[in-house]
Amino acid sequence: MIGLEKLFFRYDDFTAEFDFEIARGEFVAVIGPSGSGKSTLLSLIAGFDRAQSGRILLDGRDMTRASPSDRPVTMVFQDHNSFAHLDLWTNVALGISPALRLDSAEKKAVDEALARTGLQALARRKPGEVSGGERQRVAIARALLRDEPILLLDEPFAALGPALRREMLDLVKALQEEKNYTVMLVSHHPEDARYAATRTAFMSDGRMLAFEPTEQLFSRRDLPELADYIG
Amino acid sequence: MIDTSKGALLAASPTLAAILVAVAVGLLPVATIGIGEGLVTGHIADPYVLRILWFTLLQAGLSTLLSVAFAIPVALALARVDFRGRRLLLRLFALPLALPAIVVILGIVAVYGRTGWVSTLTGSPINIYGLSGILLAHVFFNLPLATRLLLQQVESIPPESWRLAAQLDFTQQARFRLIEWPQLRASLPGVASLIFLLCAASFAVVLTLGGGPSATTLEVGIYQALRFDYDPARATILSLAQLILCGLFVLLAGHYAQAAQNWPALKGISERYETHSTRSVLLLAITIGVATLFVGAPIAAIITSGIVADFVWPAVIRAILTSLAIALPAAALSLVLAWPLARASAKAVSPTTRSLLNLAALLTLIVPPAVMATGWFITASRAGLALSAAPYLVIAMNALMALPFALGTLAPAMQQSMAQHDRLCASLGIKGLRRLTLIDLPVLRRPLGLAAAMAFMLSLGDLTAITLFGSQNLMTLPALIYAQMGSYRIDAAAGTALVLALFTMAIITLLDKWSAKA
Repeated sequence: MIGLEKLFFRYDDFTAEFDFEIARGEFVAVIGPSGSGKSTLLSLIAGFDRAQSGRILLDGRDMTRASPSDRPVTMVFQDHNSFAHLDLWTNVALGISPALRLDSAEKKAVDEALARTGLQALARRKPGEVSGGERQRVAIARALLRDEPILLLDEPFAALGPALRREMLDLVKALQEEKNYTVMLVSHHPEDARYAATRTAFMSDGRMLAFEPTEQLFSRRDLPELADYIG
Repeated sequence: MIDTSKGALLAASPTLAAILVAVAVGLLPVATIGIGEGLVTGHIADPYVLRILWFTLLQAGLSTLLSVAFAIPVALALARVDFRGRRLLLRLFALPLALPAIVVILGIVAVYGRTGWVSTLTGSPINIYGLSGILLAHVFFNLPLATRLLLQQVESIPPESWRLAAQLDFTQQARFRLIEWPQLRASLPGVASLIFLLCAASFAVVLTLGGGPSATTLEVGIYQALRFDYDPARATILSLAQLILCGLFVLLAGHYAQAAQNWPALKGISERYETHSTRSVLLLAITIGVATLFVGAPIAAIITSGIVADFVWPAVIRAILTSLAIALPAAALSLVLAWPLARASAKAVSPTTRSLLNLAALLTLIVPPAVMATGWFITASRAGLALSAAPYLVIAMNALMALPFALGTLAPAMQQSMAQHDRLCASLGIKGLRRLTLIDLPVLRRPLGLAAAMAFMLSLGDLTAITLFGSQNLMTLPALIYAQMGSYRIDAAAGTALVLALFTMAIITLLDKWSAKA
């Protein structure tokens, strides 16, 4: 589970405040305009940004000061999830060992993660030689291999078309249900939230203005910021 | 019709023709005398020519190796830590190439020379003349350039890579092996080729610190063959060799040749989520400290030895006036040449035309000044004009040498302005001279100023053209410094160098201000 308690973050003149809880196995979406703090939220949970005050609880442990590698978290970025000079297999294998020393069981696990994400035929290709959707599958395969209980997705499918985006969401959803991952998806597309998330948070100017069941959020008429955002 | 691609190309044709004539006059004697007489007299297999060729390759190769090898740890260190004065340090790194070469060389001599700082400190005199001195000076010039180019590479690593490294718990070795090295490796051939090219064509360093048949390069050999031995056949054979060598490396250096001219902007440091051990902090501090000392000491020496120097004011003032009389028209001519070329390249529809125009601007890198000057010198001598035409030849040569830099500044700005204003101007019917005075000149004021200042600065520091064409009566500041060094009046040379350094610094400050606003 993810718990943020009175978390306060400041960078230059941007401030953000969070106080919420997400249960283990939930699929949550975060929407809101650019600069509203969606990515900052994920960065705080992953440990790439440090809050000035408050607490972060991950899987029941206080992780407020933990380094990114100590947190039970895998984050998938919008871009640059793989190293261009390494083939897909090696890029996924980095999830087990940065030194790339793998025993036969670990090698088998890499093969399985590639197969699960539909990449087995492309294992020896370089990221530059596959499509944008396939490149993002590399990050998901690596997340599967790392098997951390929390999966943070920072607009990972923003560059993909609607059909492909849905396909990727299906993949993530299947893994989440199978492994009971806690998923947070930041997206620019409200329909992504509708398609995959049980609860959705709406952010504006560093604050969560609403965080409730997805359909309930989209039927609200009392939030002018939400109305402006959706249009 | 001037607003079409063809029209712009047509408008640029006189400039292209002028450059073509300049190059043809420069190369024709090389072709006729060099290949004709060279083959007949056996100069091609002349052991002297072969020795010069070997030394050129040797010193350029070693200089490149040393510069790049030292630049890698410095660039990695500068990419890793942010500290107070980092920006200042990067500006210091721009100085060796921005200051006139002869001034920098005086600074190097003041630090490493026989009576320099290091000799005084250690008590054992160092011999700075010959191969070791040339290597030292070339590393001094090119280590900062290589550092800057490599730093730019490391800074262009996407921030996500560092986040990934943090999440996957990469060790320091894994960060280097998986992130930094692949990024550096891709740019190393280009960076190395560029530095090899600069060292192979280097003139001032070899002229002052080299010399003698054992430490002469093609570029200086050409000068000696023309001015001392008056042996046009040998000069042209050397020119031919230099031409082939430089042409080859311009092709290899590719777009890095242009990158160096624009002194690439840096993105700034990325958050890398690293924890530094005491040992690694110490290592970083030592790396950055040594590099700062290495680059800073000669620069400081220019100032300290300049302040206590003898100022031979009548000669210095005469040289200032001569320098201005050369550099001002050279800068103006450079702009006049660059404007239509920039316009044509901004308008060019086909990529072939555009790359052809860019090639025209790179010409002075492919055809080194000494090579072109050889042809001009021979042609002018045949016409009996070697002396009276000298100032004009220096101006023309300096303008051509500055052309790549002027074009590099002007062309992108021109292209942007055209993209912004062309349609509006066409719909309002603003064209011709009205368009020039109403739109283009005001909009492009700043890049024009930048290009002019850069050309002026280059001409002010030029030693190649002035030593080839100059005389007692035609002595610019760099030529005066060289003459004073040659007659062992180092104190006088230091004073003149300080004057030239201050001039250049004033222009650099102006350039910095302008480009910050641009």
